Amino acid sequence: MNVELNEDQLTIRDAVREFAQGEVAPRAADIDKTAEFPKDLVAQCGEMGYMGVGVPEELGGAGLDTVSYTLIIEELSAACATTGVIVSVNNSLCCDPILEWGSEETKKKYLPELASGRLLGSYALSEPGSGSDAAALECVATKDGDDWVLNGSKNWITNGVAADVSVVYATTDKDAGHRGVIALVVERGMKGFEVGPHDDKLGIRGSGSCQFFFDDCRVPAANVLGAENDGFKVAMRTLDSGRIGIAAQAVGIGRAAHEAALGYAKERKAFGKPIAEHQAIQFMLADMATELDAARLLTWKAAWAKDGRKHDKKQRWTLEAATAKLFASEAANRAATKSLQIFGGNGYVSDYPAERHFRDARITEIYEGTSEIQRIVIAADVLKRAD
Amino acid sequence: MDFELTEDQQAIRELARDFARNEIAPGVLERDREGAFPTELIAAAGELGFCGMTIPEEHGGSELDPLSYCLVLEELARECPSTSVTLSVTNSVCAQPIARFGNDEQKARYLPRLASGEWIGGFMLTEPDSGSDAKAMRTRAVRDGDDWVLDGSKAWVTNAQVGKVFVVMARTADDEISAFLVEDGTPGLSIERMEDKMGLRSSKTAMYSFEGVRVPHSAMLGAQGEGMKVALGSLDRGRLGIASQGLGMGCAALEEAARYARDRRAFGRPIGDFQAIQWMLADMHVELEAARLLLYRAAHLSSQGRLDPATASMAKLACTESAKRACDAAVQVHGGNGYSREYKVERLHRDVRVTTIYEGTSQIQKLVIGRSLLRS
Repeated sequence: MNVELNEDQLTIRDAVREFAQGEVAPRAADIDKTAEFPKDLVAQCGEMGYMGVGVPEELGGAGLDTVSYTLIIEELSAACATTGVIVSVNNSLCCDPILEWGSEETKKKYLPELASGRLLGSYALSEPGSGSDAAALECVATKDGDDWVLNGSKNWITNGVAADVSVVYATTDKDAGHRGVIALVVERGMKGFEVGPHDDKLGIRGSGSCQFFFDDCRVPAANVLGAENDGFKVAMRTLDSGRIGIAAQAVGIGRAAHEAALGYAKERKAFGKPIAEHQAIQFMLADMATELDAARLLTWKAAWAKDGRKHDKKQRWTLEAATAKLFASEAANRAATKSLQIFGGNGYVSDYPAERHFRDARITEIYEGTSEIQRIVIAADVLKRAD
Repeated sequence: MDFELTEDQQAIRELARDFARNEIAPGVLERDREGAFPTELIAAAGELGFCGMTIPEEHGGSELDPLSYCLVLEELARECPSTSVTLSVTNSVCAQPIARFGNDEQKARYLPRLASGEWIGGFMLTEPDSGSDAKAMRTRAVRDGDDWVLDGSKAWVTNAQVGKVFVVMARTADDEISAFLVEDGTPGLSIERMEDKMGLRSSKTAMYSFEGVRVPHSAMLGAQGEGMKVALGSLDRGRLGIASQGLGMGCAALEEAARYARDRRAFGRPIGDFQAIQWMLADMHVELEAARLLLYRAAHLSSQGRLDPATASMAKLACTESAKRACDAAVQVHGGNGYSREYKVERLHRDVRVTTIYEGTSQIQKLVIGRSLLRS
C-alpha cells in the first residue's frame, strides 16, 4: 500500500498546476459569462500534452499513466471546470475508445491529431429520448455497401460545437437492444451531419455541448470501432474511463470551492474575529477537506485499477470507477454548497467564484452516468458479493 | 502508487479474519448479553501476536507495521468490537508508551507479559470533570521520600477489572503532568463504579478512585513532567485503532444488510431488488470505501513517520461516522428484525455508537482538521 504520488507524477502535477493557475484560471469567469468555447486553451493544452495523456508516444500522445491523467483533469478543473471537461472528454471518451477498439489505420489517422489538439474529439451516445437507458437508441445505422448510413439525433455532446471527430453510437437492430449497437468515428463535414446550436446551461457554460443531427450521413465501414455489434461494450468500457475523468473533475471543482472558502473565511470578520475561527465555519471546512481527500483517493484508486487491467478486455474497473465518480461528484456538490454558504451574500453574486463552483459542480452528478446509475452498478456488486 | 496490500499484510489479515470467525464469533451473543469478558480469547489472541502488535520482538512482541495493526483490529471488530477495543487499548495506549518511553526495567517487567496476553493493559487520562483538557486534571501525585502518592479519580477506563497495569496521568506540580505505571491491586486503588454501557458490553469500563496510592519513583514512565508527551505519543495508534474498529463494524453491517436483502422477500421479490434498499447498500459501500482509503493512507504515512494529526483525525472521523451511518442503515434494511437481539446488526448499532465519542469525539477531530487548515 502506497497512496503517494511518485516523482514523475509530482512533476506533472506541478507543471499542470502552474499552467492551470497561470493561463486557465484567469479566464474562467469570462468563459462562464460569455459561454464561449475556449478554442485557444484547447490548442495550448494540446501543446502541453494534455489532450492525449494516455495515448502512446508513438501515436503522438504523452504516454502517461491514468493517475497522472487524473492530476491533469483535477488541476484544470480547479482552475476552470469547462476546460476540465473539454480535456476529459477528448481523452477518455474519444481517444480511449479509438485506441482500444480502432484499427491500426484508424488509430494512426486520428490519434496524433487528437492528442496534439489539432483536432478535437467528442462522444455521442445520449439522445433526446434516452440517457441512462443507453441501449434504447433511436439513431439508426444501416449498412449500405461499404458504408454505414446514419439517421437520427444525439444530445448533450460535450465539445460538440467545435469537435472535428466524434464517436457516435447507433442501433443496427432495435430489437437486439444492447447487442445491436455500433460505434462509428464520424468526422465533421461529412455529408448529412449537422451540428446544433450551443446549449445554454446552468454551469460548465463554455463546454460546447450541443445536439448532432444525422440525415443519411454516410460513414465508411473502416470507421467502425470494434466489431459491428460491439458498440454497447465500447460505450460502457469507455464510460468506465470517463467516470474517472469526471471524478477528477469533481475533485478539482470541490477543491477550488474549498480553497476559495478557506481564503475568504480567514479574511472575513464577524463578531470580532475571522469567521474561520468560529466552529460553525471551521467544521464546514474540515468536512469539506476530509471528503475531498477521500474523493481524491478513490479517484486515484480507480485510475490505478484501470492501469492494472486496461490491457485485458476481459477485465474492467467498473466498481472502482462508479464508487469514485459517485462519491467525488456528491462530495464536490456538498463542498460547493458549503463554500457558497461560507461566502454568505457574497456567495450569491458573480463577483466571487463560489456561485460558479456551485453551478459547475452540479453537472458532475448527472453526466457520464447519473448518481442513480452509479448506485445501481454498486448495489448490484454488493448484492453479488453477498452470495 | 499501489493500493494492494503486501503479502505479509494479506497474510496477517487472513490470520485475524480466521481467528475472528472461528474463535471470536461463536460466543459473541452470549458475551454481549451477559457482559462477560472474553478472558480466554485474549490469551488466544496473545498466542497469535495480537496483544503485542506495538511491542518489539526482543520483548516478545510481534511489532506490526501500522497498516497490519489496523487490519487486525478491523477484522476482529467485524465479529466482536469489544474484543477489538480491548486489544486496541492494551496495544496502543499501554504497551506502546511503555515500549517507547519505558526504561529497561519497566520494559522487561511489562512488555513480555502484555505481549503474551498474560496481562492486559489500560490507560487513565480522563477524569469525571476533564477529558483531553489537561489543565483541568485533578488527580495529583505528591512526592514522599522515594515514593509518589496518588489521589483523585479516573473515568472511562477501558480494560477495567481485567487490566493488570495502567498508564496513569497525574499532576506532579501545578503546571506539570507526569505518567506513572500503576499495577492492579496496589493499595488505595479501587473501582468506584463499573459502567453499565449501551454497547461494547463485553469490554469492561469503570471509574477508578485513587486514595493514597503509593508507587515507587521507579514507576514513573518517561521523565517527570513528560506525561502529556507520553499520552500524545500514543494518540496516532489510538485513533487509527478506533478508526479500524469502526470500519470493521461498518463493513460487517454492510455484509449483513446485503445478505438479508438478498434473502428477505417482500411484494413477491427479494427486497434487494428494490432501489430503496439498493440505494442504502450503495451508499454504505461508497462511504466505507472512502473512509478505508483515508485510514490506509494514514497508516501508510505513519509507517513512514510522517503522519500529521489532521490526517489521522480525518481517518478517525470518516471511519467512525460512516460506520455509524452504515450500522443505522443496516438496522433499517432489517426492519423489525434489526431491532431484535437475535440479529447481529442490533448489537453493531449499539457497539458502533461509541466510536464517534471515544479517543477524541468527532467534534475534536474536526477541530484538529479545522485548525490545521487555518494554519495552512
